[in-house]
Amino acid sequence: MIRVQLPTPLRLLASASAEIELDVAPPVTQRRVLDALEARFPTLRGTIRDQVTGRRRAFVRFFACETDLSLKSPDDLLPERVISGAEPFVIIGALAGG
Amino acid sequence: MSRVRVLVGTRKGAFILTSDGKRQKWDVSGPHFAGWEMFHVKGSPVDPNRLYASQSSSWFGQTMQRSDDGGQTWSTVGNKFVYDGIPGTHQWYDGTQHPWEFARVWHLEPSLTDPDTVYAGVEDAALFRSTDGGQNWEELSGLRKHTTGPSWQPGAGGLCLHTIVLDPTNPQRIYIAISAAGAFRTDDGGVTWKPINRGLRSEYIPNPTAEVGHCVHRIAMHPSRPGVLFMQKHWDVMRSDDAGDNWREVSGNLPTDFGFPIDVHAHEPETIYVVPIKSDAEHFPLEGKLRVYRSRTGGNEWEALTNGLPQSDCYVNVLRNAMCTDRLDSCGIYFGTTGGQVYCSPDAGDSWTPIVRDLPAVLSVEAQTLP
Repeated sequence: MIRVQLPTPLRLLASASAEIELDVAPPVTQRRVLDALEARFPTLRGTIRDQVTGRRRAFVRFFACETDLSLKSPDDLLPERVISGAEPFVIIGALAGG
Repeated sequence: MSRVRVLVGTRKGAFILTSDGKRQKWDVSGPHFAGWEMFHVKGSPVDPNRLYASQSSSWFGQTMQRSDDGGQTWSTVGNKFVYDGIPGTHQWYDGTQHPWEFARVWHLEPSLTDPDTVYAGVEDAALFRSTDGGQNWEELSGLRKHTTGPSWQPGAGGLCLHTIVLDPTNPQRIYIAISAAGAFRTDDGGVTWKPINRGLRSEYIPNPTAEVGHCVHRIAMHPSRPGVLFMQKHWDVMRSDDAGDNWREVSGNLPTDFGFPIDVHAHEPETIYVVPIKSDAEHFPLEGKLRVYRSRTGGNEWEALTNGLPQSDCYVNVLRNAMCTDRLDSCGIYFGTTGGQVYCSPDAGDSWTPIVRDLPAVLSVEAQTLP
């Protein structure tokens, strides 16, 4: 079970809880986690990554295990502690103005 | 007695203001979508309970919302705006070519005949249409693929298609405006487009009378005379009596002819309203006095409307989508400011009262007249 934490605006948009548990078949990568997240919450499509290019939106960041994973390849395996469910995969909005 | 519902989009959410026909006491609901930029909220003229809303965020991009009960509940609908074909490039601020990139929806214009059909004007400038209540969007790409497209250049707010005007007598005719490309018209339902900027003069571009490149801020039309258009340009208030083929200036005695919104009285097609702003560098009213100007002669002769509006130390702006009219017998005029006030005049501009004073900066105001 993969644990995913959403920022408040996306949690409200999707009417989701702050932390979501997703079944993601191996290999557990950023792309597959986001695919599963968007399949469960279609309203999140386009809010985390571009719907056409798949690129992460500029002011969205990914963290896990106290590490910034934002610039990792979306097809890299996530850390073992995320895959085991010990740590959440955290999606945040960058601290930038507004 | 008829009622009025005013849909307000702000920098940090949407608000819905409702009143009876007297327009003296108002109920305020909101913020809806708190924290999100609500660029435009507009209702279907066919089914007033069908609302469409453009919800945007610098962090999380564009989302679209639809309500089927007048804004009590909302559903997220489609937000996939994909340019038709290979998008190509337009001119960037420095004169180089820049790829067309979708940023946000500036304007929503529901169909005059079908509640499930709605047009969306977007940045970078393009026109999209949905025929299934906002679930799916298709570009009317003849506009963006116009031969002048690669020469279109963004205004300070981006290369935005911010105005869509539907001709109630001819479903094939649509007017749109883009900052800073100018005005365009289709006579075949959006397949082909022609620039309609003859008569505009813009001193800030290399050729002041060029076919495109003008920073049109807003176009308005009275439904009883769809061939007569009024325009607030970056500078100059303009008028066309031939569906945009030719324009003439009607700024007349305005104290400054810079501004953003322009609108037409619901029952008097020669009565028009603007909010003069000091200049393109100083986006606030002249002399700190918030004044709406009304012309009862279709332009040139203007009177200041000040009763109830602040006449000292006022330095707000009124954005292009932030003024509208209702259709009650005594025509109501509404506008919102970047200072968060929404003013109502229930007597066609003679007197004004703030409905709300302290909203986030107002981006758009649309009034619905309800049975």
